Amino acid sequence: MSQDFRLDNIGMVNRKKKISFTFNGKKYFGYEGDTIASALIANGVHLVGRSFKYHRPRGFFGVGVDEPYAILQLERNNERDPNIRATEQEIFEGLEVKSVNCWPSVNFDIGAINNFLKMFFPAGFYYKTFMWPPSFWYKIYEPFIRMAAGFGEASIKHDKERYEHKYEYCDLLITGSGPSGLASAYAAAKNGARVILAEDKPRYGGSLLSSDVNIGNQTGAEWSEKIITELKSMSNVIVKNRSQVFGYYDHNMLVMSERISDHLPKTQKYLPKQRLWYIRAKEVLISSGSIERPLVFGNNDTPGVMLSSAAKEYIKVYGVLVGKKPLIFTNNDSGYETAIEFKKNGVNPLILDTRKEPSSDIITEAKNLGIEIKYSYVVVAAKGYKKVKSADIAKISDNKKDLSNIENIECDCICVSGFWTPSIHLASQSGNKSEFNEKIDAFIPKKSKQKENTIGSANGKFTLEETINEAFNKGYEVSNKITENNNKVSIPTVVEKKSSEHDKFWCVPLPKGKSYKRFLDFQNDVAVTDIELALREGFRSIEHVKRYTTLGMATDQGKTSNLNGLQLVSDIENKVVPQVGHTTFRPPYTPVSIGAIVGREVGKHSKPTRKSPMHEWHEKNNAVFVDAGVWLRPRYYKQGNETLFEASKREAKNVRKNVGVCDVTTLGKIDVKGPDAAEFLNRVYTNAWLKLPVGKARYGVMLREDGIVMDDGTTTRISENHYHMTTTTAQAANVLSHLEYYLQLVWPELNVNVVSTTEQWAGAAIAGPNSRALLMKLFPNTDVSNEALPFMGYKEADLFGIPAKIYRISFSGELAYEVNVESDYGNFMWEKIIEVGKEFQIQAYGTEALSTLRIEMGHVAGSELDGRTIPHDTSLEGLVSKKKDFIGKRSLSRSAFTKPDREKIVGVVPLDKTTSIPEGSYIVKDPKAKLPNPKLGHVSASCWSVEYDNPFSLAIIKDGKNMIGQKLFAMSPLKNKTIPVEIVSSHYVDPEGKRVRA
Amino acid sequence: MLYIFCPHCGSRSQNEFAYGGDATVKRPELNKEISDQEWNNFVYLRKSPRGKHLELWHHISGCRQWIKVERDTSTHEIFKTYKADELTE
Ligand SMILES: [Zn+2]
Repeated sequence: MSQDFRLDNIGMVNRKKKISFTFNGKKYFGYEGDTIASALIANGVHLVGRSFKYHRPRGFFGVGVDEPYAILQLERNNERDPNIRATEQEIFEGLEVKSVNCWPSVNFDIGAINNFLKMFFPAGFYYKTFMWPPSFWYKIYEPFIRMAAGFGEASIKHDKERYEHKYEYCDLLITGSGPSGLASAYAAAKNGARVILAEDKPRYGGSLLSSDVNIGNQTGAEWSEKIITELKSMSNVIVKNRSQVFGYYDHNMLVMSERISDHLPKTQKYLPKQRLWYIRAKEVLISSGSIERPLVFGNNDTPGVMLSSAAKEYIKVYGVLVGKKPLIFTNNDSGYETAIEFKKNGVNPLILDTRKEPSSDIITEAKNLGIEIKYSYVVVAAKGYKKVKSADIAKISDNKKDLSNIENIECDCICVSGFWTPSIHLASQSGNKSEFNEKIDAFIPKKSKQKENTIGSANGKFTLEETINEAFNKGYEVSNKITENNNKVSIPTVVEKKSSEHDKFWCVPLPKGKSYKRFLDFQNDVAVTDIELALREGFRSIEHVKRYTTLGMATDQGKTSNLNGLQLVSDIENKVVPQVGHTTFRPPYTPVSIGAIVGREVGKHSKPTRKSPMHEWHEKNNAVFVDAGVWLRPRYYKQGNETLFEASKREAKNVRKNVGVCDVTTLGKIDVKGPDAAEFLNRVYTNAWLKLPVGKARYGVMLREDGIVMDDGTTTRISENHYHMTTTTAQAANVLSHLEYYLQLVWPELNVNVVSTTEQWAGAAIAGPNSRALLMKLFPNTDVSNEALPFMGYKEADLFGIPAKIYRISFSGELAYEVNVESDYGNFMWEKIIEVGKEFQIQAYGTEALSTLRIEMGHVAGSELDGRTIPHDTSLEGLVSKKKDFIGKRSLSRSAFTKPDREKIVGVVPLDKTTSIPEGSYIVKDPKAKLPNPKLGHVSASCWSVEYDNPFSLAIIKDGKNMIGQKLFAMSPLKNKTIPVEIVSSHYVDPEGKRVRA
Repeated sequence: MLYIFCPHCGSRSQNEFAYGGDATVKRPELNKEISDQEWNNFVYLRKSPRGKHLELWHHISGCRQWIKVERDTSTHEIFKTYKADELTE
């Protein structure tokens, strides 16, 4: 297909490289460097979608991030990428895009019926239309809205693309490489500052690429090329294109999204799709430029109506004509620049200027070129459905209220210019409260809250000379605060055409008897009448008007609509814009993909995975793993076709009968050292620690200040001033912070140091009646008899040449030991234990068997120490010293904690001895009681007792002490079960604790 | 994300720190008789001022020191940071 709208001798696309792509299934050609928008326009395609609410035809309105219409969906390799702006996405070979918001096709759209049902879609339609009758909601309204809403369809498949995060620090971050960005970056870089210059487009230069100006005897484009080349060569400068700084956060942290391979046909395996940069900048210069403002008239959303600056950029950068019979509708000189470009490229434009008799260099040039100009003229309405075919134009009275001489003229595009709006989004996000500038009818940044300055047209400087001077000076000034190099470069001379003042007129009145829709927000289909209605209904605050009408709430954040909306509200309310104020800008400035935000923290990378040194052995022996905090722990070792239940029962039984070994490396370990260590432990734990001899371990419970149990574990006195503390796997990090808090802030006079040693030691728990016999073979040179190494004893020993530590402690309730060696020897230790243990019928056991063993012994763990229980509740009150003070002690005397029927831990056995009780079940007296059934407590942990071969659970229930022997019910509404149970002691097996001392 | 000056390490990103609450709270001395009300105030009651606030931060992914930070709770401006044992103004 020939490109009817492509110009031969102008533009920056690579004519040597033809690229084919498909749009809605049809193949088109463009050139390397084209965006989807420029390539489609070159092919004469203007209808690209349907609008959000009324499904009106949509074309192109802008040429960059401001585009409200041309939102497409990119599809490749069965992956979908919604919310792609056709004005930003570059084409590549094989690119496939399609329209959104249209069904069955963009040319014939059923939803367009909304356009004729618009009485159903007034402002606030979300809140009104679909409320009645209620029965209509699910069947009619919701499916209809769902089909009609949204800007594309996200893929539900796993995104295989790679996204990365990067952290960067710099002296100066400059957002935008237009004239002000380039000049300030150059001045700052030459003054030795570390500069990052970010440009959202592929090409650097911003407005310089399409303006007819000179800087230092070069064209704008040549000058920007020269500056950017030099900046790229400097080691103190990072220059990034296709990179949008979209968020300004606290303490000068800015976030930038870099599109690395979105414009490439096929991503290389390790090339990220996008990269998110977290940039901490000492200073920020916001040079994000300005966006042309639309003029508002009838049917101003028809495809072919677009910003005049966009039309100019399509010609200058892409060599593409947006039309061959252009109508330029302007209230300032910018429209003339576009008209001049049309004329220079062989197309005759007609200019309608709302002003009466303006004069300037630019206007004179347009006249001299023979361009037809009508003053005090406006476009009343665009005509044509899928594309502009003609326009009703009219003369407007001096007071801008009356139209006369209405006539219809042919045209194929209407380029509008309603002057310029500085892009103050980033400044606003930084906390800068903007102020209204009457001269330009727009807001500009006021006083900086963070270290930022806005320069160039983003700061309302609309002449190049002002911009360049301000940018060179600011670049130097800001960089010099940091580098103090005093290295100032000279400012080049600027040649530009002088322009005249703009007209404040922006909204064309309706002719008598006509009710054209005049749109303010092009993405959310908000029209003048919607705002009028909202105000009639009593909405006053601009924030409320915004939410009620959805003005400026679309993905383009109202880049082209906000100011016109404010103008309208001010006009109706007879206020001035600054009284109305503007809505708050929030990040992101442009849509950011979820993938980029998440980065590489997906799937198994979402958190670190910690493995014990024995992990490989577990894997080889068919361990089935379970997440325990960040650790992977063997849950059970599967033999043959065993289920979890069968395997854990086998493993637990073997511990009770012979001997088992369990990997306990994950337990938290903390070294506590110093002359005051004993005193410190005495304050941290509820029980007494001053008299613990060297070589002995003690079980301890620590509380929070509110009296709730924080953690438990054993701590061993290794030497006079050295203790080895263990914590639960889950609480290890919290306990360390807790200890540091008291040592550093509360009792700094205590001479104690704490450090985590969790990863330094590999641990194996050897438990069961055969454990001592096994130990004797493992440590033949060490006396491990009951006398030499009693319960809660500690010994250092030699394990086949490796130094080992033996703690005689038990979680399983059996005769048991924990052997620790340095982590690197963990696997060696484990294999020796298994090898030597064979003759004692040793089996490895996992966390499931470990749970069974501790539950039937009545030992508490995380499910009982759940952040709600005090020592009494878990029958740990025997460990609470009455004589000394400790953390949280004062709380234990609170009335709620001392009332006689306080909850207490008990054992629960089903009467039928076969039905397992679901964890979380309620214990109740009467299962048929009126709801809500008063509950006595809950089941915290359940197991199959291997000692008695029947189900057994632990529960924490009201007045537990006096409930033993009672017949109650366990109810689980979740599992729909009601089980008659008997309450027994929580110590179901070996209540006297004989085995551990054997 | 805040940028916090750790007096031991220098300026570091907020994600290296854990927040520790009001730094002006003083734990009652051990073994001292105190009323329920006093104890309740210490354990539960905290002011939530708008404006200057002296608070604790724990440099958990750094030097593991608790530090005091004087921060404006509404603007996030950090005026000064102190070591745990340093006297605040
Ligand atoms: Zn630090």
